[in-house]
Amino acid sequence: MKNKYSALSLIKNAFTNNKNWKPAIKNAEPKKSYDAIIVGGGGHGLATAFYLAKNHGIKNIAVVEKGWIGGGNTARNTTIVRSNYLWTEASLLYEKSLKLWEGLSREINFNVMFSQRGVYNLGHTLQDMRDIERRVSANRLNGIDAEVVNAEQIKKEIPYINTSSSARYPILGASLQKRAGVARHDAVAWGFARAASDLGVDIIQQCEVTDIIKSNNQIHGIETSKGRIESNKVGLVVAGHASVLAAMANLRLPLESHPLQAYVSEPLKPVLDTVVMSNAVHGYISQSDKGELVIGAGIDPYIGYGQKGSFCTIEHCMQAIMELFPYFSRVRMLRQWGGIVDVSPDACPIISKTPINGLYLNCGWGTGGFKATPGSGWVFAHTLANDEPHQLNAPFSLERFSTGALIDEHGAAAVAH
Amino acid sequence: MLLINCPWCGERDETEFSYGGEAGIVRPENPEILSDEEWGDYLFMRKNTKGVFTEQWNHSSGCRQWFLVKRDTVTYKIIDSYKFDRSDSENKGSK
Ligand SMILES: Cc1cc2nc3c(=O)[nH]c(=O)nc-3n(C[C@H](O)[C@H](O)[C@H](O)COP(=O)(O)OP(=O)(O)OC[C@H]3O[C@@H](n4cnc5c(N)ncnc54)[C@H](O)[C@@H]3O)c2cc1C
Ligand SMILES: [Zn+2]
Repeated sequence: MKNKYSALSLIKNAFTNNKNWKPAIKNAEPKKSYDAIIVGGGGHGLATAFYLAKNHGIKNIAVVEKGWIGGGNTARNTTIVRSNYLWTEASLLYEKSLKLWEGLSREINFNVMFSQRGVYNLGHTLQDMRDIERRVSANRLNGIDAEVVNAEQIKKEIPYINTSSSARYPILGASLQKRAGVARHDAVAWGFARAASDLGVDIIQQCEVTDIIKSNNQIHGIETSKGRIESNKVGLVVAGHASVLAAMANLRLPLESHPLQAYVSEPLKPVLDTVVMSNAVHGYISQSDKGELVIGAGIDPYIGYGQKGSFCTIEHCMQAIMELFPYFSRVRMLRQWGGIVDVSPDACPIISKTPINGLYLNCGWGTGGFKATPGSGWVFAHTLANDEPHQLNAPFSLERFSTGALIDEHGAAAVAH
Repeated sequence: MLLINCPWCGERDETEFSYGGEAGIVRPENPEILSDEEWGDYLFMRKNTKGVFTEQWNHSSGCRQWFLVKRDTVTYKIIDSYKFDRSDSENKGSK
């Protein structure tokens, strides 16, 4: 690494008043052509570029981002990382990612503040508890840590939660994944960008892709606001804009882009040292290192590219949090924002080749792709490099929407994030 | 929050409505003669338009009627809302 971060480098730079730090990322201008172009400088695009360079020895790569890196959903999400999905296909993919998270700060020499503080998915009805038992059993059969806990155990670990049986939606129990947790979203984008940049990847910001060039069913490159860039391999990793980019190549996708909002409170002293999610009342909550409560819920129902949603969605989410934590009733909320999430019919991503040679898709992560960032980049890099999916992402093909082999994670994975 | 004009009841809060997605998707008359790709296209593929978009809404907590809305999906501004039987070229099935 050109600029290796360590305790020693901190001390050394402190002695020179921190004036000698080098820029972490080289800001590149486009070259005429590349071996591979990644469209979209979110976490998934940057991770793809990093693993392409690191694992597959392809060095002549560009990441083309219309705004700034990590300005999309990557830096707008509530950072929950877990792998306790129901179906084998999904749980193996997310578990691959979780394993990469466990070594990520070291691998990219950047502290992504991955904190395995555990995630509780609450059950409020007998049917919820049966679904939880089933999912926990499925997880364990797939070698993923998971356990069922009862209301008493929850109360012991999370003192401020309301486990009273007179609650409108009483908490009966939960699934607990102890290896799950949260990470610092900006650091994930910056860390992957820096590590990729160090391996020679060009990271081109403020460069919007406006068209995709192809002939005879083969990709030749892209048109951008900074001119034409050639390549016979292009990967689209643009989340909420996947349908817009695919349409440039005359490809239809099974996606709908919705606003998804998040909310942050004023900073509090530590009150919540884990992550709590509830599908039934539809809200989830954790506390950031700065002390803010980080809160989210479901999508706004309509298609929206505006990075904002409706007030009624905020109200609904706050009601859910109040149901779980009446104690927070007088906490003031400070900030609110939205992202554009690309929701697929089976709540699973598309990480796939396309009918067009040299065009690859990584999209459809919807409300829950942050947790998959390293794993998604890892399998997508494999797919681009070999022109074949890895066995972990083969089931997540675009063809499944005509073969019918959907991977239905809708209700199964508790709250979708 | 959207203020939606139900063609029967007038302007009401978004919370009274439920969303029905893209308008103009017509169920194929003879599914059995379609290829898997064509059937998959009907079931799953969507325009997901960025910009002016025609969509269906149901006044589920009101008169329970379905109707059409033309809305900009970037600004969320509602341009028009109307009944299905309006003779309007916009209103025809589209792909
Ligand atoms: C409020 C909210 C909460 C969430 N909570 C969670 C959570 O707790 N856990 C979880 O796992 N996931 C969560 N998610 C989902 C998660 O954020 C996403 O699935 C993930 O970050 C997607 O990463 P990405 O790199 O694919 O997309 P993005 O970070 O959105 O990157 C796509 C990039 O493509 C760029 N782009 C678009 N069009 C063009 C163009 N024409 N030319 C060039 N570049 C273009 C965009 O500017 C953007 O930077 C949440 C999302 C939101 C919005
Ligand atoms: Zn009405």
